[in-house]
Amino acid sequence: MQLELRGITKRFGSFTANDRIDLVVEPGQIHCLLGENGAGKSTLMNVLFGLLHPDEGEIILDGEVTNFADSGAAVRRGIGMVHQHFMLVPVFTVAENVILGFEPTKSLGRLDYEKAAVDIRRVSKAFDLEVDPDAIIEELPVGLQQRVEILKALNHDAELLILDEPTAVLTPQEIEALMAIMRSLAAAGKSILFITHKLKEVRAIADVITVIRQGRVVATAKPTDSEEQLASLMVGRDVNLTVEKPASTTGGNILEIRDLVVRDDRGIAAVNGVTLDVRAGEILALAGVQGNGQTELVEALAGIRSVESGTITINGRDITNCSPRQILDAGLGHVPEDRQRNGLVLSMSVADNLVLNTPRRHPFASRGSRNLAAVNSYAETLVQNFDIRTGSTQAVVGSLSGGNQQKVIVARELSRTLSFFVASQPTRGLDVGSIEYVHQQIVKQRGEGLGILIVSSELDEVMALGDRIAVMHQGRISGIVTPSASRETIGLLMAGVVEVASA
Amino acid sequence: MPRAFTQFANAWVRLTSKSPIVVTFFAIVLGLLIGALIIITTTPAVLVSWRGLFHSWGGLGHALKVTFDNVGSAYRDMFSGSVVNPPEFWHALTTGKNWNQALTPISETLTYATPLIIASIGVGLAFQTGIFNIGANGQAILGGIAGASVATLIHLPMILHLPLTMLAGIAGGMIAGSIPGLLKAFTGAHEVIVTLMLNYVVALFLIFSLLSTALQRPNQSNDISRNFDPSAQLAPLFGTASGLRVSWGIFIALAVVVFAWWFLDRSSLGFDFRVTGANPNAARASGINAKAVIVMVFLLSGGLAGLAGVVQASSTTHLIDGGFLIGNAGIGFTAITVALLGRNRPMGILWASLLFAALGVGGRAMQASTGIPLDLATVIQSAIVLFVATPVLVKEIFRLHTAQTGAVQLATKGWSS
Repeated sequence: MQLELRGITKRFGSFTANDRIDLVVEPGQIHCLLGENGAGKSTLMNVLFGLLHPDEGEIILDGEVTNFADSGAAVRRGIGMVHQHFMLVPVFTVAENVILGFEPTKSLGRLDYEKAAVDIRRVSKAFDLEVDPDAIIEELPVGLQQRVEILKALNHDAELLILDEPTAVLTPQEIEALMAIMRSLAAAGKSILFITHKLKEVRAIADVITVIRQGRVVATAKPTDSEEQLASLMVGRDVNLTVEKPASTTGGNILEIRDLVVRDDRGIAAVNGVTLDVRAGEILALAGVQGNGQTELVEALAGIRSVESGTITINGRDITNCSPRQILDAGLGHVPEDRQRNGLVLSMSVADNLVLNTPRRHPFASRGSRNLAAVNSYAETLVQNFDIRTGSTQAVVGSLSGGNQQKVIVARELSRTLSFFVASQPTRGLDVGSIEYVHQQIVKQRGEGLGILIVSSELDEVMALGDRIAVMHQGRISGIVTPSASRETIGLLMAGVVEVASA
Repeated sequence: MPRAFTQFANAWVRLTSKSPIVVTFFAIVLGLLIGALIIITTTPAVLVSWRGLFHSWGGLGHALKVTFDNVGSAYRDMFSGSVVNPPEFWHALTTGKNWNQALTPISETLTYATPLIIASIGVGLAFQTGIFNIGANGQAILGGIAGASVATLIHLPMILHLPLTMLAGIAGGMIAGSIPGLLKAFTGAHEVIVTLMLNYVVALFLIFSLLSTALQRPNQSNDISRNFDPSAQLAPLFGTASGLRVSWGIFIALAVVVFAWWFLDRSSLGFDFRVTGANPNAARASGINAKAVIVMVFLLSGGLAGLAGVVQASSTTHLIDGGFLIGNAGIGFTAITVALLGRNRPMGILWASLLFAALGVGGRAMQASTGIPLDLATVIQSAIVLFVATPVLVKEIFRLHTAQTGAVQLATKGWSS
């Protein structure tokens, strides 16, 4: 299917999210939409998918001007969307999820599961998307769940697939597999609109690249352009893609974890006997596919999940099962994985969020009464120092972009007196500019002798930041390597293959 | 979905997402319109006049006149019964006489508003912390019982007796509040169930204590207490002789409003409360002790409800009986809607309490003079709250997530979480 967007404009109040966007996707083409967070990619996709109505402009499918009343209409016209956050019912089977909303029925409205299963097998065979139609979604790894999303779109006879940041949750091997699927779909004549901010992927897969910045198409690029060229188009200035990491002198152990066992919400030992040391002036990067116990490990460190057995010490002080307050006071800085859930109060102001875990510290309060002037001037300083883009310190944090929300947390944590800093997915969902900034800040703290633990599922980040890289698989450390190790080695460790040399 | 309806919904959301005050204003207007519709459809005289249309076209003018007369007089009576009766007020202003009569309506409204403000602030503070305190009424009753005990059994000079009575009311409410608080904090019991059920327990305890020898009025077999000692009564502001019932309690209510404002906006503990209410996960991660917050918010919310109970008894009836805060008089229940209408903000609650009290008092005056039942006032109250809640509902239903997300937020977080 040929898709053409002509002059799409979408405004929210005085804010123009999309400004006269023109775009053409040819059949069988993989078209990358590259842009920073907040550049308007998601808005554009929501317009295309019928979730938002454009203020101006036209959507033209195969030469025909189209108006979608809602996403159902878009689906019927052959547009399929794979959302960044999967829209699957975890307790349903693959087949049930695939037919959801467009269920085939027999007489009297009974569901026709046989037909559904047959359809799914047919589609998955045609595109090499192997999934068991009877598997329960929540029991599938993320990579397969994503496959189900694609399957769902294809099952509705999608001719144009929109993939919104599809690689964020995948291992390097899973990303390879996804790209293979995308290529086979394109070969079969499907059009693919691939939204991302990751330059490596764009260069690997795209036929055409459209770069958008601040709601406008700024350039059309070729996959042969260098990463630096693409990044500067996306950010609007030159960016430094490598993390400048001066040599640092490491001291003694700051964090010592011994035989740690932590259970997850279902009572399963998600962390199952982890022993780990982090030295002063060192960044230990913890790699691994999501869901292998990293989340629980960090939550146990921060005191928001109880430790079953084993010990955690910071600077020799035992903090196992201490309260979050005691652990914060022991000098732990924590950037949580899910910033909106654990790191911020979205309905409160930037200023309040910047003192979220120190509201009683002098001069922010005295004798139970808050000193809002002091809080504000502190917030002004941090907003300036950490380049947080916000209208005012009184703006609610929920109104900030994802990158700036993350900067609020990073600013808050790094502005306290710390001895240890742990950050989970510190740059998830951030644009290149913000990533660069957050990385610089982390490296700066390393230079000041902090022990640092970075948990990330982005291999690039792990390899760029880590002085040592620990890989976690099914609750255990499957290996610790140096950053000079190959991507393949780390990929294998992530998959639990431990017969590789450890450093 | 019909397009016109979607457009209307969109327009309503755009209009109302501007500011909470706009929403509330339109909600009140719409509430009064609905009240007018009910008056029209239920008043025989109005219906008869419309039937006249079948006989001649001239009947239209007559029918409209009768309609406006009826609706107009109902609302006029409501206004002059709860705020001010213009002729009486003009008379008092020009002659300097009969001031008491002119001020009676507003005095009554303030009398009803006084305990309502206090109780609603208590409920609103809990809402802000994400706690659904349905038990304010029970807490108010226990506060009343505790206050009545001090007011009738101990005899002291006023300077000690009155504060002690008030403190006893607070303590009674705190005791009732501590039960769901402790249960929620340490066992995870859901506060809605516990507080709701405790209302019944306390209501029965009220009868039990009023029939006990300690509290029951001597030589009586009814469930009624002794009179409060005069030293334990909140006296009328303008003296007993004035006939105006508004008492010194109104200053307690205003003090509570100021305290609540300071507490939420300026105190460290209030900050913990708000963080907990807005995002319990972030609260925990940033070192706030969730259990302590839950227990404290119940003590505070219950304490205020208890104070409301004792203020009610001490300023109006000067005794408690088996009907104390039962049924229509259950200010602890009204407080939930008032807190909702006031968006859990102290100033909002102050205005919402005054509005609800005025509608209630005015409704009685309207019933007395026009025969339209008092329930109309309740319908109007309910309609207003519904319309205040709809922008959020409409927004949710139509999934209209605009750039100003956060401009209008659910006033409470509901049952779950």
